[in-house]
Amino acid sequence: MSTDLQFDPVRLPPECEALRNEVRAFLAEEAAAGTFDPHCPGYGDSHNRAFSKRIGAKGWIGMTWPKKYGGHERSFLERYVVTEEFRVANAPVRLHFVADRQSGPVLLKYAPEHVKLDILPRICRGELCFVIGMSEPGSGSDLFAAKAKATKVDGGWRINGSKIWTSNAHVADYMLGLFRTSAPTKENRRHGLTQFLIDMKAPGITVNPIIQMTGQHDFNEVVFDDVFMTDDHVMGEIDSAWKQATSELAYERSGPERFLETFYVMLELIRALGAEPDIRSAEGLGRLVAQLHTLRRMSVSVAGMLQAGKEPVVEGSIVKDLGTIWEQKLPGRVRELTAFLEPEIGNRETLERQLAFAITVAPKLTIQGGTTEILRGIIARGLGLR
Amino acid sequence: MTSESDHIVAETAARIFADLAEPQAINQAKDGAWRDPLWQAITEAGLPLAWVSEELGGSGASLAEGFAILGVAGRFALAVPLAETLIAGWLLARARLEAPATAMTVAPARPLDHITLDAGGRLSGKATGVPFARDTEHIAVLAEGDAGAVVALVEAKDCRIAEGHNLADDVANVVRFERVKPLASAPAGFDRTALMLMGATVRSVQTAGALQAILSLSVAYANERVAFERPIGKFQAVQQNLARLAGEVAAALAVSGSAADTLAQADAVDDGVFLEAASAKIRCAEAASEGAAIAHQVFGAIGFTKEHVLHRFTLRMLAWRDDFGNESYWAAELGRRVARRGADEFWPLVASR
Repeated sequence: MSTDLQFDPVRLPPECEALRNEVRAFLAEEAAAGTFDPHCPGYGDSHNRAFSKRIGAKGWIGMTWPKKYGGHERSFLERYVVTEEFRVANAPVRLHFVADRQSGPVLLKYAPEHVKLDILPRICRGELCFVIGMSEPGSGSDLFAAKAKATKVDGGWRINGSKIWTSNAHVADYMLGLFRTSAPTKENRRHGLTQFLIDMKAPGITVNPIIQMTGQHDFNEVVFDDVFMTDDHVMGEIDSAWKQATSELAYERSGPERFLETFYVMLELIRALGAEPDIRSAEGLGRLVAQLHTLRRMSVSVAGMLQAGKEPVVEGSIVKDLGTIWEQKLPGRVRELTAFLEPEIGNRETLERQLAFAITVAPKLTIQGGTTEILRGIIARGLGLR
Repeated sequence: MTSESDHIVAETAARIFADLAEPQAINQAKDGAWRDPLWQAITEAGLPLAWVSEELGGSGASLAEGFAILGVAGRFALAVPLAETLIAGWLLARARLEAPATAMTVAPARPLDHITLDAGGRLSGKATGVPFARDTEHIAVLAEGDAGAVVALVEAKDCRIAEGHNLADDVANVVRFERVKPLASAPAGFDRTALMLMGATVRSVQTAGALQAILSLSVAYANERVAFERPIGKFQAVQQNLARLAGEVAAALAVSGSAADTLAQADAVDDGVFLEAASAKIRCAEAASEGAAIAHQVFGAIGFTKEHVLHRFTLRMLAWRDDFGNESYWAAELGRRVARRGADEFWPLVASR
């Protein structure tokens, strides 16, 4: 790697616009029917199985995957459009989103054929919720310190230990998790972990809720007590999960969800300021707009790299670093910019409710999916510093 | 989108700059003797009038090719009026005026300055911070006339030009037009906003280029400079700062590249063009501020010396923040536009780019 960064001005192709209109029409109908409330903060975090199935029926899950597995062989850029429109609408996609974004691509690459044929079409239909089993009580950012163990037995593996901070585990059907199959070696402390597909309905799994400071139930602790998985649940090479982890992260890090998480407060700010803001508010708003536009152009550029078959690990990490810091600061900026508004403005109540939620949720944004510090370590490595 | 021809033009520019405008060599030069051969070489390569068609006296390159040249110019912290001549040529060409084969600059270079053309065909007004005005023979002016905006070509010697320099010590002047008779003039067909957005995009592209150079200098230095028995680049605190710098570089590259691509295809200024170009100037100026601070922190005392090349990049991009509208100006303008469109029309605008 080097310091020679490149972010081409990738434009969404014309077919994306028809798709965008279709998505907007669908979302407007669903919102009108009461499926979700575009103005209720945190709604995007909820699970709605029936809604996910309707999204699947539209062909908007597994969009880039082969038709053979239920996918639709569309481009990453088309998937991008769907993702951003759902996010901006505050529509609940939690149920299928992880499977669509990263678990599916892992299965496509590493699962045995019969497993792919079984599971991928069900993801595409919006029937399955996946979770990521990486963090443990003693291992968070330091992924390779994981201790939860898989032990070889006749015809499969026995799994013991626990995972923590596991979002959605209380509704999940499957987990893709890292489990220790050997001790790390002196030369390579990352050696010895294997990626497993875990059926969350298997006997021996207990899911304990952990309530977040927003009041939401998202986190869980997942405890494995002698859980049995057959051999075909091993994803990829035994002991070598570290080789597989990085490409998954490129998918996870650069999407529109990495800077749009608190976007609703920006819309509410524009509504509150009205058509003729004073110069302080106008300048403050303009700076936010410039950042948002920049982040989106960066993120689309990375989607173009994925489409071209590249693995933009450093570029994706840069987008997530800048994007999450921005979405984390956004509620604070909106709070400052609305400080001098008349108390009677029409959307005051919505604005305050949304701000309260966004300010409470903000701390997690630079932690989930790779902390700021870890991302910057990856970027520094890419620059040739480590 | 970067095409083959942009690439060839950029390589030609890079070759000339490497030979005749290597930043280290320029920084050590005792006098300005490097200027003439450099200007001659870039003129022979057709770079200054790249945005003027052949029939109007230029080399007829595309806007995209011109922006590619400017990115390279930023990477060399080029200190001759290449960007200014490009913009001046573009301005003249849009009014179908022939361009002289000399170095030029453009006025106004700041959005709050006004120059007017009276009924007798004479220019009056004051333009501040006009880059290289004292070093150029001609100035392309966008003036306000009774029947709308007018493009005029004037001889610099006909204007009253004060001494002055920008932060990077490049010539930059207050230019007074006191009933100046232009060599030629023609209706513009567009307003000052279009000129300011063009200038803003040019400065953004140059800034992104300078930031790229700064990142590569900073990383190389961090890998080489030893403190506490290790290269300083091995310390996490330094790594985290350089990763932040890379983020600023990436943001500047992405947004300036996007704005350049937009202008290269646009016929007129609409909200989409405005969003792209204004955002580029805002974000690149912010990146210049952040990036300069980080780079100087990495280099420590040595980077604060005249002798070291770092200031050629940092001071120049800090100075560019003020040309063609600073980030506060554009942010207020962009904020007003977004507010006028209203909340429901905001996301569709962002998503349309």
